[in-house]
Amino acid sequence: MKNLLRYALTRILLTIPMLWILLTLVFVVLRIMPGDPVSAMLGGHAPERVIQQKKEELGLNRPLLVQYFDYLGELARLDLGNSMIFNQKVSQPLLEKLPATLELTLVGMGFTMLIGIPLGAYAASRRRTGRDFGIRLFGNVAYCIPVFWMGLMLQLFFGIWLDLLPIAGRTGPRVYVADFQKTGFYLLDTLLAGQWASFADVALHLLLPSLTLGIVLSGIFIRLTRANMLDTLKADYVLAARARGIPERRVVYGHALKNAFIPVLTMLGLQFAALLAGAILTETTFSWPGMGRLLVERIYLRDYPTIQGVIVVFAFFVSVISLAVDLIYAAIDPRVRY
Amino acid sequence: MAGTRGARYSAAGWLARLLGRLTTARRKYGAEWWILIAGAVVILFTIYMAAFPQTLAPYDPLDQETGPQLAPPSSAHPMGTDNLSRDVLSRMIHGSRTILGVAFAAAILSSVIGIPLGLLSGFLGGAVDRVLSLIMDSIYAFPGLILAIAFAAMLGPGVVNITLSVAVIYIPTYFRLVRGQTLSIKQELYVEAARAIGARQRTILGRYIFPNVIATVVVIFSLNIADAIMTEAALSYIGLGLPAGIPDWGMDLSMGKKFLPSGVWWMITFPGAMISVLALGFTMLGEGLSEILNPRLLEK
Repeated sequence: MKNLLRYALTRILLTIPMLWILLTLVFVVLRIMPGDPVSAMLGGHAPERVIQQKKEELGLNRPLLVQYFDYLGELARLDLGNSMIFNQKVSQPLLEKLPATLELTLVGMGFTMLIGIPLGAYAASRRRTGRDFGIRLFGNVAYCIPVFWMGLMLQLFFGIWLDLLPIAGRTGPRVYVADFQKTGFYLLDTLLAGQWASFADVALHLLLPSLTLGIVLSGIFIRLTRANMLDTLKADYVLAARARGIPERRVVYGHALKNAFIPVLTMLGLQFAALLAGAILTETTFSWPGMGRLLVERIYLRDYPTIQGVIVVFAFFVSVISLAVDLIYAAIDPRVRY
Repeated sequence: MAGTRGARYSAAGWLARLLGRLTTARRKYGAEWWILIAGAVVILFTIYMAAFPQTLAPYDPLDQETGPQLAPPSSAHPMGTDNLSRDVLSRMIHGSRTILGVAFAAAILSSVIGIPLGLLSGFLGGAVDRVLSLIMDSIYAFPGLILAIAFAAMLGPGVVNITLSVAVIYIPTYFRLVRGQTLSIKQELYVEAARAIGARQRTILGRYIFPNVIATVVVIFSLNIADAIMTEAALSYIGLGLPAGIPDWGMDLSMGKKFLPSGVWWMITFPGAMISVLALGFTMLGEGLSEILNPRLLEK
């Protein structure tokens, strides 16, 4: 237990330099690289005087080092600054959109695991058969399909041709968000408010985008689960379980799968980053009002503080998730310690 | 001079060994061999399309008077026409040049930066290694696409800019792989023997470690191009990639998206299928190579 505590502390301390490097990277990309936000914002023909005035106002005329420490200081106070285009704090649209992205990502992750882990385990138990080959092929193909194309094809099939599912937004026209909105997680909100019709509507809207994310990312999980299962299926305890006459199904899905699960868990943490990236593209495809769409919209408007804010939030999430996964990993597997 | 000549000989020897292994592989590995061949065929065909698009394309990809607007596939237009009456098939053929060029250039650029850094970091160790690893690990953990979006948004549209944006996010991939390999090869007996007979650091790194590291890089390079293809497509799908006037699959896809609600299926089906098949081609080549070049993986 004392060891675990020491590991946890070390790991938490190591998150700080990682976060700092990411935040510095964001600063370098958005402030030091070529491209002048102010002239871009005011259009090409703004007089020099106006540009200088605006720069002065935004503090972009100060030495870079001063700007850098200011930026870190503001972030430490959880202040993301003000939008350059709208009269609002950057944190305001972020807090509105974050739940939408998280809801999409979490449900997408659920689909990924639901598809990937059983298929991977099944493929391993039927190694080098036609079914194994078929599942591996599906995994490789799924991995190579751009998530936005998968989304568009599902829209075309289920939304346009079959006309079964909605293809855009989080709610339909007959649902009033204000009636139930509390946390921003609509599935949860509609449940808490007890509005079943709205819940069904929200769930239907969520189905295609999250399934898109789930299918595309399931490829990695199929492959990883399969590889790990092949290792565990060769272990002595599996042989022992078989020798005792335990049904094959229980050996595979009970004994072996449980032990193959730890690397899969680590992968889940790593894939969270990929899911967030996939969410950006999925949101663009499904007009999903989340962080990704916010980022793309503000890039068109050249609202640099908001762009920076979105990326900082992503960086923060990635660091926290990787920390959480490592801690869970250490708690499960006592071999992992510093 | 002796060092560089030696390196060239060992590179040629390595290439010969690779070809030898591949030709004997056909007999040993059934499925893996055909996966490799299928990938190679897709890639070679796409390279041909990119190199000589005029020989295949029935129309000019920018010609806005090839026929009716938004016409479904027919014998005159096997993949239909888009909203500006351009021939979709011709746009697909010419578009291969953009995506293939960007993905290749980006993968080469990131390997040229990532491999030497990884070699040095693994070989030298110490503080250099720790700092470089920390930076690369941080970038690696961050969603690559978001980083590429940030770069592309700052640099503005253009072929060179999009290549840079894609290249940046794959530097850590090469760095981490090469560093890990270098660390383990550094422990090998033949490296210790070289050191014992007084070989210089540069010779050890160039002639003993590098040729052994590069074998694994080939596999990653192929998989990396597959990834770069999808990142390029994603950037131009979002609208960050290229100025109008350059045919590009990702851009065509985002254009087709606008006409999806009216059931125009050909404007999204074909560009997306092209992206997927090309990415799949590079993945299959990489998979096939890794199974054949690294037989230990086959035990699984």
